[in-house]
Amino acid sequence: MPVDSGTEAQAPQRTEDQAPQPVGIVERLVRDDSDRKRFLKMAGSAGAASFGAFVLAACGSSKSSSSATTAATPAATTSSTSSASANTGDIGILNYALTLEYLETAFYAKVIEAKLFSGADATLLKTFGSQEAQHVAALKAAVTSLGGTPVAKPAAKFPITTAAATAELAYTVENLGAAAYLGQAPLIQSKQVLASALAIHTIEARHAASIGTLVKKSLTPDGGFAKPADMSEVLAAVKPFLA
Amino acid sequence: MSTTTQLQNPELAEIEVHGLTRASFMVRGALAAGAVYGVSSVAPFVSQALAAGGGGDAEILNFALTLEYLESAFYNEKGKTVGLSGKAKTYATDFGAQEAEHVKALTAAIKSLGGTPVAKPTFVFPVSNQSSFLALASTLENTGVGAYNGAAPMISSKEVLASAGSIVQIEARHAAAINLLISKSPTPNGAFDKPLSEQQVLTAVKPLIKS
Repeated sequence: MPVDSGTEAQAPQRTEDQAPQPVGIVERLVRDDSDRKRFLKMAGSAGAASFGAFVLAACGSSKSSSSATTAATPAATTSSTSSASANTGDIGILNYALTLEYLETAFYAKVIEAKLFSGADATLLKTFGSQEAQHVAALKAAVTSLGGTPVAKPAAKFPITTAAATAELAYTVENLGAAAYLGQAPLIQSKQVLASALAIHTIEARHAASIGTLVKKSLTPDGGFAKPADMSEVLAAVKPFLA
Repeated sequence: MSTTTQLQNPELAEIEVHGLTRASFMVRGALAAGAVYGVSSVAPFVSQALAAGGGGDAEILNFALTLEYLESAFYNEKGKTVGLSGKAKTYATDFGAQEAEHVKALTAAIKSLGGTPVAKPTFVFPVSNQSSFLALASTLENTGVGAYNGAAPMISSKEVLASAGSIVQIEARHAAAINLLISKSPTPNGAFDKPLSEQQVLTAVKPLIKS
């Protein structure tokens, strides 16, 4: 039975921070010089270069881009005429992701509620639901930190019938989520926002593959290279789930 | 204070990557970081190494290519000699084929950028049976996810970024599947495949920077 490593925090997370690690690199690097020496030995004698001056790019710009993919917006209730509106640039992308994460969270909540699964499967789905909720919290915080207004939580409706059908739906939803993040990555302006989006992107991929093992469908439905989905495509696909 | 610290991932420490290119050096470094500090240290290590190097997209892709050579050799060569069965064998075959595709694609991408693809390094993998093979597969795939996620924000070209994203998603899928097979969490990093904020890494690194 899969056991999570317990690194997840229950509290809402900012995208700039990470859930606490049990034995983090921070503790290791600062406290234990023998680790550093061992690391440098393994990396090769020129390892000092890898701990060289670390350049931080100050970012978090919310300037709207001339991106062409401001298609049908998610169920946003805020309207704004400023450049830091809910629907443009990185804020727009984050709000789009937030909408998807709200839907995924709602989906998993309904699935758990229906008690269609038990044992390891139930644990897995519960874990994934909790992770989507953490994504919601992180994305809300990210939008706010950029000076934007997070979109409102949409009302969701999902057809939850049998375990098999529900698992298939989960497979569809997670694969869609992964494709959505992949589709947005090249459009993100800020390196920090990009790093955060990529950190969530691979989680959705892990979810999709995991559920693939449950429903005995391909772990990699696109083959060796995952395909991106653009905003209009994804929003059309999730429209049935917006109440 | 401990004098002998346990390696987080000792199996990573045993892999040999033979090659004198900067890419091979970076892969050795990434594996070392993962071995000593845990897989979650790989992304910031890679970010810093690439930032320090100042190379462009071709260099980043050569780093990725070296990783893919490693994974491809692991599944396609080592996988054939340890004696795998069942799902382990299926995964090694399927994932190995995909890593080989990644090698091809990255090689072509580097050439199209006007760069020179690194030659395939030789590797030594310290595994002798299915159990140790799968354990190392898990670590390698999760390391790959960290490496790509660490490197991606450094990429200049949107096209190259899209390709990298397309590949890392596959690595994440591999990682989840292997983990489930060996009864580990498919999401070993929790809800985010990003280990630390840049500020946290900078704080940690400061004491190590000689002034």
